[in-house]
Amino acid sequence: MHTKTLTELRAGLAAREFSSRELTEHFLRRIRQFDGELNSLITVTEEQALAQADAADATLARGEGGLLTGLPVAHKDIFCTEGVRTSCGSRMLDNFIAPYTATVVEKMAAQGAVMLGKTNMDEFAMGSSNETSFYGPVKNPWDQERVPGGSSGGAAATLAARLTPAATGTDTGGSIRQPAALNGVTGLKPTYGRVSRWGMIAFASSLDQAGPMGLSAADCALMLGAMAGHDDKDSTSLDEPVGDYLNDLNQNLEGLRIGVPEEFFPDTLDGAIAESSREALRELEKQGAKLVPLSLPSIKLSVPAYYVIAPAEASSNLSRFDGVRYGHRCDDPVDLLDLYKRSRSEGFGEEVKRRILVGTYALSAGYYDAYYRRAQQVRRLIRDDFARAFAEVDVIMGPTSPETAFKIGAKVDDPINMYMADVFTIAVNLAGLPALSMPSGFVNGLPVGTQVIGNYFQEGRILNVAHRYQLATDWHQRIPGAFA
Amino acid sequence: MAIDSKVVAQVAHLACLQVDDNETAALSERLNDILAMVDQLQQADVEGVAPLAHPLDVSQPLRDDQVTEPDVRERVMPIAPAIEEGCFLVPRVIE
Repeated sequence: MHTKTLTELRAGLAAREFSSRELTEHFLRRIRQFDGELNSLITVTEEQALAQADAADATLARGEGGLLTGLPVAHKDIFCTEGVRTSCGSRMLDNFIAPYTATVVEKMAAQGAVMLGKTNMDEFAMGSSNETSFYGPVKNPWDQERVPGGSSGGAAATLAARLTPAATGTDTGGSIRQPAALNGVTGLKPTYGRVSRWGMIAFASSLDQAGPMGLSAADCALMLGAMAGHDDKDSTSLDEPVGDYLNDLNQNLEGLRIGVPEEFFPDTLDGAIAESSREALRELEKQGAKLVPLSLPSIKLSVPAYYVIAPAEASSNLSRFDGVRYGHRCDDPVDLLDLYKRSRSEGFGEEVKRRILVGTYALSAGYYDAYYRRAQQVRRLIRDDFARAFAEVDVIMGPTSPETAFKIGAKVDDPINMYMADVFTIAVNLAGLPALSMPSGFVNGLPVGTQVIGNYFQEGRILNVAHRYQLATDWHQRIPGAFA
Repeated sequence: MAIDSKVVAQVAHLACLQVDDNETAALSERLNDILAMVDQLQQADVEGVAPLAHPLDVSQPLRDDQVTEPDVRERVMPIAPAIEEGCFLVPRVIE
């Protein structure tokens, strides 16, 4: 059952080939068998999963059901889940039992999804390798000496190892797409505001967006239909109609205009990675798409702009962790300031503290104009580059990540090098656009991803492009040998 | 505008983080690396460009002034590190 996509499992449940309980027990067994090594889940919610599966079976027996009835899903441990620890990969929240449930989790549960557990992640989603997690690094199922990427690395690894058929992720600078690429799975970051952020622990509020991760574009389309929509509880969620993503999947690509920015294929890019994305472009050309060379000159400044804006917002968001109302508290504080300082210093890991300091510095008196204001101005230049491009093309494509999965430990002492892992993904967050990563080949036995970027609210179009590509290729169906 | 140990200590205080004296040198080096990378922003011609705070330039919508939040005291108090009689406990602030 674990080799099937979510779409196939849904059909299997509908045809009563197996029950949700059988399906759920199968994945729970695989988690017990494999996750000790992989470390892709922080918490497994076995009891609740089985109860939800039984309820789903009862629903299906009545001939009823929603988009996800009886289908297992693993949620990133950044989404609050009432009664279940929600750690955000941090010692700060190791003891935090969420008192409420995130909208994304609630909406998927309302469509009948069965929660298997909570996936490992970089601490507070700050990282591109999963090595900043308080719960230890996740291993890449394709080579367990390597990282799965991050920050949704647990989600991507658990999918690649077929320990769950569906997962949720969040993406602030590439945290869905880069791990999807490094693990050979499909992941979509929707338009900023498409999915509610309520109950999703905030890192950088103007960039954070939740999205689906799955084994195919069709699976992501199924999940997005359940996740998307306006939420009164999130004032930044937009009141735009939710598309019929499943219906959009099969449109033909005749006349599709694909923008190919020169900045996504620099001379310094690994030739084999560039070739993988170029081969994907050729496949889409065969299906009737036209390639349009273009330039997005300002995106070369997206990494520096991001490393001002994201830490600035993080320093503000993470000020709520003060050891008073929830989370880690130091022992025997001598006074209130000591309570704040020691609770925070003990609770946060190195990378999180570094970003809080950078953000605090960038926002401090005297530096605001030079850093924060300028970064926001550059952000507009980047967005305007995309707007100009989308006047000429329907989607923009290129490699998701400049590299395949690197060795665990290879970059921990080199944050700048680590930050460059997101050089192709960050601009999309700054502009607030939707983008997807799909498997497009292998280099030295490691998966490579290609990114499809769409205009605002064009999730249906990019899922359609990825689906048509996946009908013609089988990269997304490959399973790492140890987990077949 | 290089960061030295003194600036690290100052910023750490603003951020309510405790940084030990033996950490500040290494930390200031790291922060300087990050700021050097960020300084590429100075190349950009941003004359007359308005800062972008929201990718879709949407401002905060207003809604009717209605009570929407239920009383959640029973749910949120038990997860606090220290409570007494419905209050969060912290070290004495006023002598």
